[in-house]
Amino acid sequence: MSEPVHTLPGPDDITRTTLKNGITVLVRSNDNSPSVFINGFLPVGSLFDSDTKLGLADFTASALMRGTTHRDFQQIYNDLESIGASLGFGGGTHSTSFSGKALSEDLDLLLQLVSEALRVPLFPSEHIERLRAIHLTGLAIRAQDTEEMASLTLDKIIYKDHPYSRPDDGYPETISEITQMEIAAFHKKHYGPRNMVIVVVGAVDPQQVIEKIDGYLGDWNNPLQPDPPDLPKLHHLEKTIIKKCTISGKSQSDIVIGVPGPERRAQDFLAAAIGNNILGQFGLFGRIGEVVREKAGLAYYAYSSLNGGVGPGPWSVSAGVDPENIARIVELIENEIKRITREMVSKNELEDSQANFIGRLPLSLESNAGVAGALINLERFDLGLDYYQRYPDLIRAITQEDILLAVNNYIDPNRLGIAVAGP
Amino acid sequence: MEIPITRVQLSNGLLVLLKEIHTSPIISHWIWYRVGSRDEATGKTGISHWTEHMQFKGTPLFPAGKLDKAISRLGGVWNAFTFLDWTTYYETLPADSISLALRLEADRMGNSAFVEDEVSSERTVIISERQGSENEPLFRLGEEVQAAAFRVHPYHHEIVGDMADLRTIQQEDLYQHYRTFYTPGNAVLAVAGDFGTTSMLEEIRQLYEMLPAGNYVPRLSRQEPPQEGERQVTVEGPGETTYIQFAYRAPTANHPDFLPYTVLDSLLTGPSSLNLFGGGISNKTSRLYKALVEKELAVSVAGGLQATIDPFLYCITATIHPQKQAQQTVQAVDQEILRLQEDQPNPEELVRAVKQARALFAYGSESISNQAFWLGFSEMFDTYAWFESYLDRLAQVTPEDVHRVAQVYLRPQKRVLGIYQPTGNKPERQDE
Repeated sequence: MSEPVHTLPGPDDITRTTLKNGITVLVRSNDNSPSVFINGFLPVGSLFDSDTKLGLADFTASALMRGTTHRDFQQIYNDLESIGASLGFGGGTHSTSFSGKALSEDLDLLLQLVSEALRVPLFPSEHIERLRAIHLTGLAIRAQDTEEMASLTLDKIIYKDHPYSRPDDGYPETISEITQMEIAAFHKKHYGPRNMVIVVVGAVDPQQVIEKIDGYLGDWNNPLQPDPPDLPKLHHLEKTIIKKCTISGKSQSDIVIGVPGPERRAQDFLAAAIGNNILGQFGLFGRIGEVVREKAGLAYYAYSSLNGGVGPGPWSVSAGVDPENIARIVELIENEIKRITREMVSKNELEDSQANFIGRLPLSLESNAGVAGALINLERFDLGLDYYQRYPDLIRAITQEDILLAVNNYIDPNRLGIAVAGP
Repeated sequence: MEIPITRVQLSNGLLVLLKEIHTSPIISHWIWYRVGSRDEATGKTGISHWTEHMQFKGTPLFPAGKLDKAISRLGGVWNAFTFLDWTTYYETLPADSISLALRLEADRMGNSAFVEDEVSSERTVIISERQGSENEPLFRLGEEVQAAAFRVHPYHHEIVGDMADLRTIQQEDLYQHYRTFYTPGNAVLAVAGDFGTTSMLEEIRQLYEMLPAGNYVPRLSRQEPPQEGERQVTVEGPGETTYIQFAYRAPTANHPDFLPYTVLDSLLTGPSSLNLFGGGISNKTSRLYKALVEKELAVSVAGGLQATIDPFLYCITATIHPQKQAQQTVQAVDQEILRLQEDQPNPEELVRAVKQARALFAYGSESISNQAFWLGFSEMFDTYAWFESYLDRLAQVTPEDVHRVAQVYLRPQKRVLGIYQPTGNKPERQDE
């Protein structure tokens, strides 16, 4: 008979430890399903990439499982897929992340492969060329994706001369130039256990998991491992700037309007997140959805999003629209942005969003993957093991004034980036 | 350990399935209607999907806009899907708030407003949804392949509908469609999560049993004639990337060949599950990945079967390597299929496929929403017993079965071959 899990994750059921070499491990048991989910990250990302080799960190991450000193590519995936397991690595701006899942009886294999891929990858040349073709195809597809191109165009506007203006997966010209030796050298220099985090959630015993991870990764060291570079200061826009990326032959255009938003660790992050929920998420897309989709019937999707990562990720409003309606929709969205910077949100709106934030937490923690994602955030942003238990009170403490202040800390309606991609 | 379920039919025909799961204080509630794009005549394509949109426009009891807010305030999620054979609506909510979902769905089974103004504004929303899909090369290709595969059967059009019909369908068409198909006798209610079966069933009876069963539900019955010879379609469009799609004939989900076909798909393109939540795994040891991606003819390959009421399609889709031609991939796929038709697969490959399926089942079982999904979904093409016996039946599939299915279904004469040919333009940036 399975036991009910009625409590939010907290210090009483999360086991956290830091190994001698700097790897932090978090484990939470869940015996309700015979599966296990792992995820984690290392502090190495595209911030280390030069402009001419942009995409190197991401390319390196994608090549980790193409062969190790212990197993070749086919053997790695044969071992994984034969048991219905999966494991993958991916590069980001600040970090390289991994995630995988298996039946809990097969956890050892996942941990062995994480260890091998991180410590002894071989980067075989034939696989690097194969991956290069995959990456270049991905970039060709990206160039045709109106949503992605609008986002990239926005990043160019609002993060001028800042690393956030660059796509982590690079450009065709940079990916074409990266060599196998550069990938191997990048790995050797930047990959190491210091400040690495690994989370395991599922039908497992926490102490046994920690012992296993210590066994596979506890003796890993890299004296060369550098500290992540500091982010340069942002240059804020002096006026609203509009740019268009033309992609002919498309039926629909995408619009993204935005600014650099709060860091996840910012004091006013949760107030900004509630403001964002009111602006373009609550119900079917908040105020933005109400005016653009429900009243005007001008778009299938029109919503706002707030990234809130390690640095000042974008806070933006997106809509997919008929190219003939672009000017009208930009005006509708700008009006809503002005409104939320000038007027306090109503008491009802605030209470609705507070209830939504508190109520949706259990649903987001339904699966092992959901819990693992939540534990990663605890560690990545130093939120504390009791964060999810304190969370309802933190949300309830936010006031209408807090939201107005937070919104105005980041959004000036006269200094927006506006990006359009489409025919 | 399989959790027992309750399966009851009310006097008005509404089929109710309940599954108690007490692992999390959550309940997931799904109502399924036996109506989808298969029920749409020429001139009315997309009407099932549009009706689904209109169901979010409110009733006198739950006016538009209030529904979204009420669910969001509780921290719940809700959504709806329209498919070839069915339309479904779900709400996953904290267990103590599930009454809202029960009352809402019982109410909008018969009392949705379908106001003219709302029909007008939703027309442009759906046209926008279709335009967004048209931006995707694989949507354009898939639409043409499907149309080429079904000349007669209503599976021939995309669920979103043709633009010509999206411009001309009227309020009275939508309301008529709603009144015809949204009845207890044409619906399945499935609930899984943290509740007691007796009290849940009682609440359902109080809300639904007074609703009239509804009239006879008319069905289009246009059987697809046998295909005589390969059909080819080419779609030209923007971009630099070539895609190909092979569409072979597939049996119905309750046909004895469906599970051997599932194993065949697993061997060819990797394991896939019909889970709506829970995700899949990679396919790098599948036969076609080795033959196409490792040989640098393609950069990705995927395949999949759909569980349908009438025979549908088994599709294999590949993204062609930037320096290769589509025809080389066609030849390589043909060789791999020939290999399956000539030689029985190794029994170990089948054992592996069963283990993979067991793992995918375990991932899917983490989600109460996914478990509730299966309660109703399986009833759309068979019964819940189909799902319960799935792993056991999969384990009984033999190499001979897979070999035979490859010979019967994977013949070039019975397929549609689609190619998306890019016209090669690159985007340009300009300031305004």
